[in-house]
Amino acid sequence: MSNVQNALPDADVRGSSSEANLSRRSFLKASAAVGGGLILSLNLPFEASEAGASESNDFVPNALIRIDGNGQIFLTMPYIEMGQGTYTAIPMLIAEELEVGLDQVRLEHAPPNEKLYANPLLGVQATGNSNAMRGAWKPMREAGATARMMLVAAAASKWGVDATTCRAEGGAVIHADTGRRLAYGALAGAAASMPVPQNVALKSPGDFKLIGKPVKRLDTPAKVNGTAIYGIDARPPGVKVATLAQSPAFGGRLKSVDDSAALSVKGVRQVVRLEDAVAVVADHMGAAKKGMEALKIEWDDGPHAALATEDIARELDKATMGQGAVAQNIGDVDKAMAGAAMKVEATYQIPFLAHAPMEPMNCTVHWQKDQCEIWIGTQAIARVQAMAAQAAGLPAEKVIVHNHLLGGGFGRRLEADGAVRAVEIAKKVDGPVKVVWTREEDIQHDLYRPYWFDRLSAGLDDEGRPVAWKNRFAGSSVIARWLPPGFKDGLDPDSTEGAIDLVYDLPNVHVEYVRVEPAAIATGFWRSVGPSHNVFVTESFIDELAAAAKEDPVAYRRALLDKSPRAKAVLDLAAEKAGWKEALPAGRGRGVSLQFVFGSYMAQVAEVEVAKDGTVKLQRIVCAMDCGTAVNPDTIEAQIESGIIFGATAALYGEITLKNGRVEQTNFDTYQMLRINEAPAIEVHVVKSAEAPGGMGETGTSAVVPAIANAIFAATGTRLRKMPVDPSLLKRA
Amino acid sequence: MAVAIKVNGITHSVDVDDDTPLLWVLRDVLGMTGTKFGCGMALCGACTVQIDGVATRSCITTVDSLGQSEITTIEAIGATPAGAQIQKAWLDHEVPQCGYCQSGQIMSASALIASNPHPTDADIDDAMSGNICRCGTYVRIREAIKSAAQSGANGG
Repeated sequence: MSNVQNALPDADVRGSSSEANLSRRSFLKASAAVGGGLILSLNLPFEASEAGASESNDFVPNALIRIDGNGQIFLTMPYIEMGQGTYTAIPMLIAEELEVGLDQVRLEHAPPNEKLYANPLLGVQATGNSNAMRGAWKPMREAGATARMMLVAAAASKWGVDATTCRAEGGAVIHADTGRRLAYGALAGAAASMPVPQNVALKSPGDFKLIGKPVKRLDTPAKVNGTAIYGIDARPPGVKVATLAQSPAFGGRLKSVDDSAALSVKGVRQVVRLEDAVAVVADHMGAAKKGMEALKIEWDDGPHAALATEDIARELDKATMGQGAVAQNIGDVDKAMAGAAMKVEATYQIPFLAHAPMEPMNCTVHWQKDQCEIWIGTQAIARVQAMAAQAAGLPAEKVIVHNHLLGGGFGRRLEADGAVRAVEIAKKVDGPVKVVWTREEDIQHDLYRPYWFDRLSAGLDDEGRPVAWKNRFAGSSVIARWLPPGFKDGLDPDSTEGAIDLVYDLPNVHVEYVRVEPAAIATGFWRSVGPSHNVFVTESFIDELAAAAKEDPVAYRRALLDKSPRAKAVLDLAAEKAGWKEALPAGRGRGVSLQFVFGSYMAQVAEVEVAKDGTVKLQRIVCAMDCGTAVNPDTIEAQIESGIIFGATAALYGEITLKNGRVEQTNFDTYQMLRINEAPAIEVHVVKSAEAPGGMGETGTSAVVPAIANAIFAATGTRLRKMPVDPSLLKRA
Repeated sequence: MAVAIKVNGITHSVDVDDDTPLLWVLRDVLGMTGTKFGCGMALCGACTVQIDGVATRSCITTVDSLGQSEITTIEAIGATPAGAQIQKAWLDHEVPQCGYCQSGQIMSASALIASNPHPTDADIDDAMSGNICRCGTYVRIREAIKSAAQSGANGG
């Protein structure tokens, strides 16, 4: 049975705490629960860099640990599960320090509450940017250790013995000398009135019983027997099913609809007209789709009716010839360039990409005059609540959001557009309505990974070493739209990650970013976000420099890593495991990539075979990773396999193009996914480390794209500076 | 006109148009949500069920085409020997991530090993390449099918 509950935590319990006693550093608060239990509330940061905020004076808890009278431990945390294993790895941290089995920790979805669950710096309740484990690592273990010490103190006080003579084990406190034993359940009430310890000693890695061991995920059983409930599976009583068509051209409007044929389809109940969309409401999706096909819709394509991808690329190209905001400057790049023995220049482009999670966008809404209830799977529940409230014309507290498992997030479910659409439709429907997007709508009305255009140049000395590195790139800033305060002085931390602070020791570096928002097309976070762009560009370009210097790509990188031993170690490991120096038959090649993003070091070696017709077959990907402490090694391996397939899919196939103001791709026939018969063998090697954990959900994706491009270069001599791979450029006689 | 269909051994009479895809009857009419919608065009395999033991995309299979066929869905596949072996292998290998496509993967995989107890890599490619997994669990799917086939060969 799964321990993962979809239920909201018991509001009575949460609101009933009393006699709060705060620890000195105010990161953690203990209180008693009604019915005799212990509640610890704490703050988990959403940004790894924000760890210090939990020590500020303003205590804003966003996670709760409750131990009830039966010794059951409930954890309410703000991060969500979308396949990345958070629902297992975060409870492991608590269980480890609390000395309980993982099966004693029950997880509950956090309800939307921007005040309670928000990141104090950013003001958002969201799971993204590979930051859940990075944020939770220290505070979660400290909370577990605090609870353990308070339970031990309660037992010691009951027995009239010194706390140091007691130990916690298997969900109970044991008095070593007398063998007396009290289960946590019997102690939880008394523990709440114990003082919160000022300093807690965390276990040393050598004593870990759970952390670092491959642990079975808690959400797996329900996912193999059809009982796992995703947003699309919500079925409130009386629910109708709707599907929608949004203006095919971005910025277009609905001109007219003839719905007479649609309304005569069996099961069709209603046709809803919005300004820029139309929906068919029916008893089931089959009828809704049939009704939609029967509609005669006329659109006004609006001001962007002629827009094409080429127009956007041209605009970005032009922008890279102007000035941008300086993201990083080291030394004097122009002077170094002038004195260089050789100069290398290149431009790179990467396309718009749709997320295409397997669960198409959907949202169920029951709108009433004084209340709105929503069923959805979202990475950003408070955003959904806030934006849905606006659309519903209700205060946020009148909008109840039930979160569910996500059938893939990848950044798509950080957005609330689907919830807003569903509310707009539900306002015209009597009773609950589930709005399910067709795959075509899902692909054609995404918020896309931005198109980026990059212009790079480098100067090499007479030994081929890079003495100057210049990079100016242009594209959309997702942060500027999604989280406006995050965009400052023309820069944001996402757009530049992977383009600055390179692992290589370069004496003169100058990096500029030019924010250009293309007309009409909205952009969004896409798995591995900024690094999905920057790592491809920087790792392709360093490969070009190695080629210009006539050096081996691994040796060339390695010579620049004296100041980054962790980067050098993963590079060496990947090269060794991949058999980097071993000869390959004609038509095959190996390519390498190296990155430090999301707080983790990774190197990959891709081995590809390029057929005479230019078709690329991925043979094998070898990945070496140093992500600090590997909390759940099996999940880490799974996430890297996943990220590699996600990135490889983009490298070989991923491209959203615009023509006549609309997206040309429609479904998995024109927006292709890598399939099992095309999947490479993947080897993951994780470096043992006691450092704090880095992120890993997105790292595989950004690293694999340049590894593939570099392998294609090794196999064919053709440098691909534009993704996805174009086989016509790789044809041989 | 009502149509009678037999799902997991139970006959249901459903009042839908003859050309309604089975997927929506399962999900929206009968409330069996384990079978998933992914593309609506038999391109992704998320909606895979078994019809008389054959892996079939329910999103393009109309109810009037079913006749007396036995439809098996993810909710009941564990009751078949092949389904139970595949589910166990999926747990042992921790195959699912987001899990959304896994109903379809399991339906395809259990149809494969029921008809071919010793699938080769090429057999696995043939049987499974119609099922997309956006989380990229392919490495584990392949391993799990092989170990399920192994356990079946050893008497389960």
